[in-house]
Amino acid sequence: MNSRSKPVNQKAWLLVLPVMLSVAFTAILPLMTVVNYSVQDILSPERRLFVGADWFAMILRDSELHEALWRQVVFSLSVLLIQIPLGLMLALSMPTEGWRASAVLVVIALSLLVPWNVVGTIWLMFSRTDIGLLGVTLQSLGIDFNFTGDPVDAWITVLLMDTWHWTPLVALLCYAGLRSIPGAYYQAARIDGASKWAVFVYIQLPKLRGVLMIAVLLRLMDSFMIYTEPMVLTGGGPGDSTTFLSQYLVTMAIGQFDLGPAAAFSIIYFLIILLFCFALYNWMQRIGFGNKEVSK
Amino acid sequence: MNPGKAYRKRSFFLVVYIVFALLPIYWMVSMSFKSNAEILSSFNLWPIDFTLDNYIKIFTDPSWYGGFINSLIIVSLNTVMSITVAIPAAYAFSRYQFIGDKHVFFWLLSNRMMPPAVFVLPFFQLYTMVGLMDTHIAVAMAHMLFTVPLSVWILEGFMSGIPREIDETAYIDGYGFVGFFFKIFLPLIKSGVGVAAFFCFMFSWVEMLLARTLTSVEAKPIASIMTRTVSAEGMDWATLAAAGVLTIIPGAIMIWFVRHYIAKGFAMGRV
Amino acid sequence: MSSIELELAHSYKANPRVEDDFALSPLKITFDNGGAYALLGPSGCGKTTMLNLISGLISPSQGVVKFDGRDVTRLTPQQRNIAQVFQFPVIYDTMTVRGNLEFPLKNRGVAKTLINHRVASVAEMLELTDELDKKASNLGADQKQIISLGRGLVRDDVSAILFDEPLTVIDPHLKWRLRRKLKQIHNELRLTLIYVTHDQVEALTFADEIAVMSQGKVVQMGTSDDLYERPNHTFVGHFIGSPGMNYIPAEHENGVLNIMGQKIMMGDNQILPDGSLKLGVRPEYLEFNTCEERNTVVAEVVNIKDLGSSLMISCKVGECILKSRVSSDKLIPRIQEVVWLKIIGKHTCFYHNDKLVS
Repeated sequence: MNSRSKPVNQKAWLLVLPVMLSVAFTAILPLMTVVNYSVQDILSPERRLFVGADWFAMILRDSELHEALWRQVVFSLSVLLIQIPLGLMLALSMPTEGWRASAVLVVIALSLLVPWNVVGTIWLMFSRTDIGLLGVTLQSLGIDFNFTGDPVDAWITVLLMDTWHWTPLVALLCYAGLRSIPGAYYQAARIDGASKWAVFVYIQLPKLRGVLMIAVLLRLMDSFMIYTEPMVLTGGGPGDSTTFLSQYLVTMAIGQFDLGPAAAFSIIYFLIILLFCFALYNWMQRIGFGNKEVSK
Repeated sequence: MNPGKAYRKRSFFLVVYIVFALLPIYWMVSMSFKSNAEILSSFNLWPIDFTLDNYIKIFTDPSWYGGFINSLIIVSLNTVMSITVAIPAAYAFSRYQFIGDKHVFFWLLSNRMMPPAVFVLPFFQLYTMVGLMDTHIAVAMAHMLFTVPLSVWILEGFMSGIPREIDETAYIDGYGFVGFFFKIFLPLIKSGVGVAAFFCFMFSWVEMLLARTLTSVEAKPIASIMTRTVSAEGMDWATLAAAGVLTIIPGAIMIWFVRHYIAKGFAMGRV
Repeated sequence: MSSIELELAHSYKANPRVEDDFALSPLKITFDNGGAYALLGPSGCGKTTMLNLISGLISPSQGVVKFDGRDVTRLTPQQRNIAQVFQFPVIYDTMTVRGNLEFPLKNRGVAKTLINHRVASVAEMLELTDELDKKASNLGADQKQIISLGRGLVRDDVSAILFDEPLTVIDPHLKWRLRRKLKQIHNELRLTLIYVTHDQVEALTFADEIAVMSQGKVVQMGTSDDLYERPNHTFVGHFIGSPGMNYIPAEHENGVLNIMGQKIMMGDNQILPDGSLKLGVRPEYLEFNTCEERNTVVAEVVNIKDLGSSLMISCKVGECILKSRVSSDKLIPRIQEVVWLKIIGKHTCFYHNDKLVS
């Protein structure tokens, strides 16, 4: 959104009001509750003590939280390192016209519209060594694969599942970005005798800067918030080897009903995401990923 | 590398990926046509005793098909509500400047950064307090937290693509604001509305955590029902598989209808 | 530098049958070595198709393309050694200006010292020397187009430079700068230049010879004088000139020309066919007299427009409006006044079935 010569009109707020009201109800009120709880000790609905920053301190010292955070960071980093290049490669290999383009588009986009628990269920059914295609195949090849017992296998399966699930998002974003490159650039490159690699580095990659930035930020945010899929697939296990931040929070909030700490954790959680996104955004801007180009 | 070789390399990669994308789904489809007995006793790439029993069970058992109906209701409510409030707001952002416009816009987008897990508890309490627990509206509204900002963002992008001259011409031609909006403007952005609706669907249909938290019996979406299929006999894989397959179909249909606009919608990833 | 010969037809459809299926109807056209040519015509006339056939971006569905007599029909643009400037600046925006200019030479494996020499001399010719080490994306649109041109010029064996409406996104007050550059390049290097445009002013200022195109055909090819004085098709007369040529229908029989009911005697030295004709005369050449004269047509003045240094006087003959451009210092008739148009003159052209009678 830019403010190029748009007339000033404060009455436009009326148009924005419905959105504000709905978001106020769904976001602001609950968040106020969270902030409220984060500074109180709720022993019972009647007995509440103001404890200031106690919960925050406790959370920040919680070693289980540190472990969950560490696992989360490793997970999100792995997700980025795998899915961004893979999605880009996929976009580059997708056909651009004809019935093939539509068919491939639909097949690729399918995984994005599968309910998240079904994603977990699909991979559950797929990876089990008794009834799953992948599990049984690996076993018959002599590979000792057990995603419910072995943490490494569990991690691999979770990453595989997430890659299967979300790479198409990156691919579709890059695909849209590629389609918006005018043909003249490719023609000029042909005339200049550029190799396919040079075309990729000097034309496609620069023009995909904005799209890649969005893909990276979205995947970072979403992978940080992941809950359902690993929950269904591994339940957070074996042990807590695949318990990431969201699972930990939900257990604390609903399972243990520790309202105070859970609320404090929620705020910290959000700030962590904000921090990581901000840091990544700035770093990418610095290495040349911002949309600084003014020309077409 | 000559173009022929590069093309073959790309096609090969694409084929491999498509196999990767479809294999797990294929496996679930295959399981959905088997009986539990067959699943547990033998391993075959395709059912030996092909059966439609699982699907029949779902279509005849209210506790199953009720889940689908609930999910559809939730998604429809969410899409309609999100788009309805998003359209005027998007119009305001695209056409006018006003105090706090940029701030509100970015604040809306920042809601995307909130983990749904954070809202589990507050929503639980809030909706219980207003007596909306276990209703479709509750889940639809909860999802609006994410679908409204996204819809506003997408619609604003599409609306900014319509030159303001069209608005002005309409006023000169004698249209009032309402007439202009419904008869002229909306038809012009209908692909934008389609894309926004697609993304609302894409989020609301797939989200499970909030949906499960806010429902118990009446409005239980299919996602909840599927996660509770453990019984004395163990996991009801066959029915689970059939239910899973059925949850993918609405999505597949949606993609097919908006396939031409998907690229454009994702291109709204202009910053 | 090459001479370019096209003898071809092109259709985007698999099985073309009727004329409409062809983007370019069968034609034969030659561009001489070192000449500056323009392909001029309205949208959809086939000029961009022809340019792409010359550059090698597309292959003709029938026929051949020859450079210096060599058949290049199946060769790529790279193999034909073409350079092209597009409608909007196409530059590698992660590179500096120098990087852009070096790029085609690097890809060919040219030695570093030679590259530096070529880049320096092209930069000097294009007045880019000061910008060489700046990032290309930071320059203005007109300078970016010049860089595009530069990438074509660094190759000293470039066969031809093709321009596809290159001034489209340039600010109007900067267009002259580019035009001047192009003319300068042409005079200095004598390269074969082919320029596609729908703007006749651009074509007329840039090119030695212009091919006017319409609906897949080259209607006329010639110098600006040829096109102006003797357009061999009514389309050319209408398209060239602002406003274009005046046309009025006339019947000819046995030396008598009947123009909207008024008769003019043509002498025996006129070789006009009998039947329906169109008479064409440019506003600049249409003079009139305020009193009766031989071989004139009576008309009524219906509009007078002041164009500053000249006046455009619209006169009505029957149902036809004819425009006459006169200088402001001449005596101005009044609206509804009757004048006599000297419609037959040495600049008058006659058209039978829209084709020039000669």
